[in-house]
Amino acid sequence: MSDAFSWLYSDVVKDHFMNPKNVFNPNEGFTFDAEGLTGNVKCGDQMLFMLKVADDVIIDVRWKTYGCASAIASTSMLSEVVKGLSLREAYNIKPDDIAKRLGGLPDNKIHCSVLGDKALRAAIDDYLTKTGREGEFRNEGVKIICTCLNISDRDIEDAVKQGAHNWETLQERTKIGTVCGGCRNAAEELLHEYVHIFAE
Amino acid sequence: MDKRTVYMDYNATTPLHPAVRDAMVADLDIFANASSMHEMGRRARARVEAARVSVAALIGAGTDPERIVFTSGGSESNNTVFATMFHLGRTGTRRGIVTTSIEHPCVLQAAQWLKDEGFPVTFLKVDGYGRVDMDELKSVVGPDTLLVSVMAANNEIGTIQEISEIGRIAKAAGAWFHTDATQAAGKIPVDVEDWQADYLTLSCHKIYGPKGIGALYLRKGAPLEPLIRGGHQEYGHRAGTYNNIGIFGFGAAARLAAEELAEYAHHVSALRNRLREGIVANVPKIRVNGHPVAVLPNTLNVSFPGAEGESILLYLDLAGIEASTGSACASGSLEPSHVLLATGVGPELAHGSIRFSLGRNTTEADVDYVIETLPPIIARLRAMSTVEA
Repeated sequence: MSDAFSWLYSDVVKDHFMNPKNVFNPNEGFTFDAEGLTGNVKCGDQMLFMLKVADDVIIDVRWKTYGCASAIASTSMLSEVVKGLSLREAYNIKPDDIAKRLGGLPDNKIHCSVLGDKALRAAIDDYLTKTGREGEFRNEGVKIICTCLNISDRDIEDAVKQGAHNWETLQERTKIGTVCGGCRNAAEELLHEYVHIFAE
Repeated sequence: MDKRTVYMDYNATTPLHPAVRDAMVADLDIFANASSMHEMGRRARARVEAARVSVAALIGAGTDPERIVFTSGGSESNNTVFATMFHLGRTGTRRGIVTTSIEHPCVLQAAQWLKDEGFPVTFLKVDGYGRVDMDELKSVVGPDTLLVSVMAANNEIGTIQEISEIGRIAKAAGAWFHTDATQAAGKIPVDVEDWQADYLTLSCHKIYGPKGIGALYLRKGAPLEPLIRGGHQEYGHRAGTYNNIGIFGFGAAARLAAEELAEYAHHVSALRNRLREGIVANVPKIRVNGHPVAVLPNTLNVSFPGAEGESILLYLDLAGIEASTGSACASGSLEPSHVLLATGVGPELAHGSIRFSLGRNTTEADVDYVIETLPPIIARLRAMSTVEA
């Protein structure tokens, strides 16, 4: 195909973009046990993930998206990867793993793979809630960002969802970066990402 | 099998007109410094001045060579005007800058720079078609206004402003009037006298000439502070060794653009209308952006609810169709087009907008190929979308 395409995205991305796997088709009669929606059309991307679960294992998935090529490709890849995984394993998939399997994404498109991951986790949380196990995986797979105060990426995500949309309000809520301040760059990057996904 | 390529991004840039290419190749060896006094230098200079006359003629600026200042392109021309206003406003009593919210980023950011420097800057709103309201303009332009800068035609949606009326309002208030005619030149008649422009920006690569060369028209008596100092070139307005080959190419491109204007407009508007009608007939629930009549003859901007712009663009690209997205998502920003947002198109729609800009090489077969290729792409993206069309 087009040589010019390759500079923008890898061949794997292109393949998943052209032939996305497990896209929801209303005529197919797919039934699901849980769903998760994340993102906002106003920001240009939104993702819906649907799960069929048996014995805590994801046996099938479907998804829909309003999004760019990397959102389509990374969600297609994610949907292939999670089939057959336990809910816990799926919950702990890192967006980076998906980006790596895709042969990398442009820097400004990394957030598109985060979006798929967030939709998946929202769907798993939905399943847990529906089965009376709300919040069971809450503290799994978290990454400590502020080592002084033991504040994780999940804590930042929660703070954003609760209204902390800039550095000052994030600090007020979590006290992040108030000791050595060394985490500020990493924390601000996450803050920006989560504001884009959850708040705008 | 060779992949079919249909280029519909002429507002981004144009290929060289074959006659421009021939002229540039023929003159490629005219290397002498056009400032040199020796014979070779004088010969080069004569060619530079002949090109200047052709560029002046394209915009109705007669043959007074000092009125055309060659620059590196549209961005430099626009920045030179705003830098001049910075110098004027620092010492003068007039400091107000009036521009619009749909200008090219180089004007928007230059205006923002003046705002940051404490100048009172007004970014005028536009209506749903992208046009400036004359009553609003009159209400903000006054004895304190230093500059009114309004683009003649918009690059994204093609809307043409009521430029002569805007010029009249600016001049009646005693303000300097600048218009960025980068997209207008070569597509519609441009006349600095009718428009009463004190400054007018041109870019060569939008009119089938080379990149890296542009011009700023400067009315006699209008002040200019050089952006680039250090030489007497361009009558002291812009230092730097003459870009011989670029200037020669600009001269040829301007001459051809003037000669072919009527034929060009007839050709591209018929094709653009065919494309618009084809898309309207074959893709449900779309919105055509821009003014229905006062629009560049080659430009068509369409919003496709439920389908995201970059995905549309890249599916088109895979099918060999080169267009542009109204959203800047692909170029690194996640913000939708400031132009579409200013016309009241919501962010949901703005994210799913595509600009098709046609040119002198576009054929009916190209248009029909797009009409045939686009509907299944939109249908496919809408089918996988979380958003209702």
